[in-house]
Amino acid sequence: MKYSKKDLIHPIPSSRWHHVWSGFVGDKLAILALIVFLFYCLVALLAPLVAPFDIADPAFMDLMNAEIAPSWISGDERFLLGTDAQGRDLLSVILYGTRLSLTIGICAVLIQATLGICIGLIAGYLGGRIDNFLMRCADIQLSFSNMMVAIVFLAIFQSLFGIALYQQLAMVILILVIGLTEWPLFARTIRASVLAEKQKEYVDAARVMGISSKRIMFRHILPNTLSPILVIFTVQIANAIVAEAALSFLGLGMPATEPSLGSLISAGFAYMFAGSWWICVIPSLTLILLILVMNLLGDWLRDHLNPRTYKD
Amino acid sequence: MATPLIQISGLEKAFSTNESWFSQWRFHQGKLKRHKDSVHALNGVNLTINQGETLCVVGETGCGKSTLARVIMGLTTPSAGEIHYLDQRIDQLNNRQRMFFRRRMQMVFQNPYASLNPRMTVYQTLSEPISFHNPQFSQAQVDEQIDELLESVGISASSSDRYPHEFSGGQRQRISLARALSVEPDFIVADEPLSALDVSVQAQVLNLMMDKQEERNLSYLFITHDLAVVEHFATRVAVMYLGRVCELAPTRTLFSAPKHPYTRALLSAIPRLDSNIAQPIRLIGEVPTPTEKPIGCVFQARCPYANQRCYEQSPAMVLQNDGSSVACHAIEEGRL
Amino acid sequence: MNLLSVSNLHVNFHTKERELAALIDVSFTLNRGERIAIVGESGAGKSVLGFSIVNLIGKPGYIESGSIKLENKELTKMNLRQLQEIRGKRIAMIFQDPMMTLNPVITIGDQLVETIRSHTKISYKDARNIAIEKLHHVQIASPERRFNQYPHELSGGMRQRVIIASVLLLNPDIIIADEPTTALDVTIQAEILQLLLAICRDNGVALVLISHDLGVVSKVAERTLVMYAGHIVEEGPTLEIINDPQHPYTQGLLNALPQMTLPGQRLNQIQGSMPSLAERPSGCAFHPRCPYATQKCREQQPRFIYSGVSSVACFLVEDMLNEFAEQDQEAN
Repeated sequence: MKYSKKDLIHPIPSSRWHHVWSGFVGDKLAILALIVFLFYCLVALLAPLVAPFDIADPAFMDLMNAEIAPSWISGDERFLLGTDAQGRDLLSVILYGTRLSLTIGICAVLIQATLGICIGLIAGYLGGRIDNFLMRCADIQLSFSNMMVAIVFLAIFQSLFGIALYQQLAMVILILVIGLTEWPLFARTIRASVLAEKQKEYVDAARVMGISSKRIMFRHILPNTLSPILVIFTVQIANAIVAEAALSFLGLGMPATEPSLGSLISAGFAYMFAGSWWICVIPSLTLILLILVMNLLGDWLRDHLNPRTYKD
Repeated sequence: MATPLIQISGLEKAFSTNESWFSQWRFHQGKLKRHKDSVHALNGVNLTINQGETLCVVGETGCGKSTLARVIMGLTTPSAGEIHYLDQRIDQLNNRQRMFFRRRMQMVFQNPYASLNPRMTVYQTLSEPISFHNPQFSQAQVDEQIDELLESVGISASSSDRYPHEFSGGQRQRISLARALSVEPDFIVADEPLSALDVSVQAQVLNLMMDKQEERNLSYLFITHDLAVVEHFATRVAVMYLGRVCELAPTRTLFSAPKHPYTRALLSAIPRLDSNIAQPIRLIGEVPTPTEKPIGCVFQARCPYANQRCYEQSPAMVLQNDGSSVACHAIEEGRL
Repeated sequence: MNLLSVSNLHVNFHTKERELAALIDVSFTLNRGERIAIVGESGAGKSVLGFSIVNLIGKPGYIESGSIKLENKELTKMNLRQLQEIRGKRIAMIFQDPMMTLNPVITIGDQLVETIRSHTKISYKDARNIAIEKLHHVQIASPERRFNQYPHELSGGMRQRVIIASVLLLNPDIIIADEPTTALDVTIQAEILQLLLAICRDNGVALVLISHDLGVVSKVAERTLVMYAGHIVEEGPTLEIINDPQHPYTQGLLNALPQMTLPGQRLNQIQGSMPSLAERPSGCAFHPRCPYATQKCREQQPRFIYSGVSSVACFLVEDMLNEFAEQDQEAN
């Protein structure tokens, strides 16, 4: 039988993202969090343009200006948020620091995610011995605190290759260390989703078509496991930034010449009780707000991408 | 007689229930021994499917009918037995060798909500198999074929950029059928394709499947528990119980003169609209889980006619005068 | 007097954009010991109706207007405490999936005993005896052994029996069974239906059977209500409805069954599918799928009228009746 034009089925469009978006517009806190986060990203991207001083300029560091309080206390119009112990404008340093922290956070999590997703997909889809082996590796990795691994590794690197080389490569090393220590979280989440998706008939349908395992894993299963990934992604960026800040605070992170938020806090901490509280407190507040906003976004995504709350 | 399209002989499949190596060790009489637990889903199935016919496989939950479908399609490997497609053995093939048969044999699944990838549009769902199996096709040819295919199953071609969740269950099942037809197979395994659908929609999908059969001379292996559909649609019916075929008969014969005690009970249990039908035959107990390979007749535990021989010896399929084959000692001995 | 009477019930679902009507102007009555069936496809609102009888519709659904009376008591106005007294003791529910009601980590015996003891003050031993007796009553072999088993150790049919036993514990007046056999195999389904039927007959319990399967309904119910898109479209004695359906939807539903066509022939399908809550058509909700739809059907809502066989909400039937009446008058 041929179907006449009239009998053909035309479905009514509706979209999953429309649902997520409409939920988003209704949630004021989520909007606020997103706006603040976008502001951070924008500022980090445009730091060289918006910062009042160029931190690469040798004249930037002027000990004559050291420890000037924020402008609303000292009345010094040149430095809005005051200056640090080396006489650097705190606002400029924070802007560059945010840029550095976000870069390290995002890059580190990208490494985590790539590793974790590949390992989780392979373990979940192939199963059996490979699955057992990979997941035991993840367990071993998780049994070491990532902080401990980072500290040991960074300390060994510094003593082997010297501080000078370390300071040159600090950012790359930090990204690698943070990136390589936290993949099991991604791997486990992905594996759990893959195990659930693998049972579904569309995977069987693809197998019956003769589609290769690689294509089934990446083209069919992966897109269906992305919602939990997105949630972990945001939370993990926050965690990575915190990890970097903690390492920097311990003196194992970014060098003082290229300060991240963590090393700023660390450097300022020494002056905390000498009266120059702002050198430590203002970067801390910046960091806290960033982490808070990212966690809020992550929570919100978790609530709204959860298939149980979204029913089609 | 022409060669059957599909020939299945002595097919067995056992699933291991303690897959993990660690859980296979047990203390037995003071010694540590390795022991694999398994469920025997198929215990020697022999079937043939002829060209252009619809073979319906009916049975209750746990009788192995879905496993049969998966083994035929190569989704799981059989523990023993052979499957032939037009004289070529296909159960031992690797993925690459099987590719030719993937085009010839396709499958439609039970759950319309899970059988389409929710993150792929209808276009992507259909274009993947078409361009995968026809690498020589140009983009325009692929598009043309998708449009044609969609309209032939009653879905507007303009909705090909929609995602599955925008369609109803029946519409999704049409798309599933379109996907199966996209590689132009001549044999389709349908695993309970109607059970998740409403009555009025079931009729639509069943009609569509019958149309396609006529158009393309398809053969179906249709797996279902709904005997009303079987009566309407099947050429021949195979009744399965605990991994074995206990009766195989042309549809008309099976419904007018069921022979195996299980078939009789099954037929009497269908709730029919005409109410003046005798009380259903009650079966005692439930379908057991076959953790051991069954000895004797699989139906022994629930059969009202079972005798000592049924517990000891497995009955063979015996051809009856009216064209049906039954595996039952009671019928063989003339006790029933 | 009617045991249960539902009149002009409207149930809505609250969404961000607007209120969606799940049940529209639903009225029916149930007598003591009567067995009725609510038939319809998924999305017809039959489960919503079952749930709203005991005021169990969860958010975002709510009863917009209308009344549900159990004898003289208005259920829609009751507070939670009074409702809990009614649920279980007067009106009991059986669901499609027994695991919705059974707690997987407590033995079935303890669950039954707990149910008895939460409503009546008796010792554990007495309660145990009652529970075992009821398990025996629903034809469970060796109830003493089953008493100490966990739900997952039982088969689907056995679990449904346990549920029926638990429903019987408190001697309800009404049992609402929402697709009680859909998840079961045919042979088990036949047994459960027989059991349900026997129990209702023996104890004078009224039954509301919610099902999509007309075959099942014809075995159990005396009276049938056919639902479509939130409306009751036809109501009448089950046999009459099956043998002489009046509403085009009921006709379509029956004609679509495979046994209504010769083997190998095309089935009589109804075009299209049930509209979702958000896209209910104007006028008679069935008109987009109805082969007889006229302009009037697209614009106005048909009234519920008695056709001589069953009560139907359809302009086609109404017009036909009017025509007959006119002919009668002329003849006189």
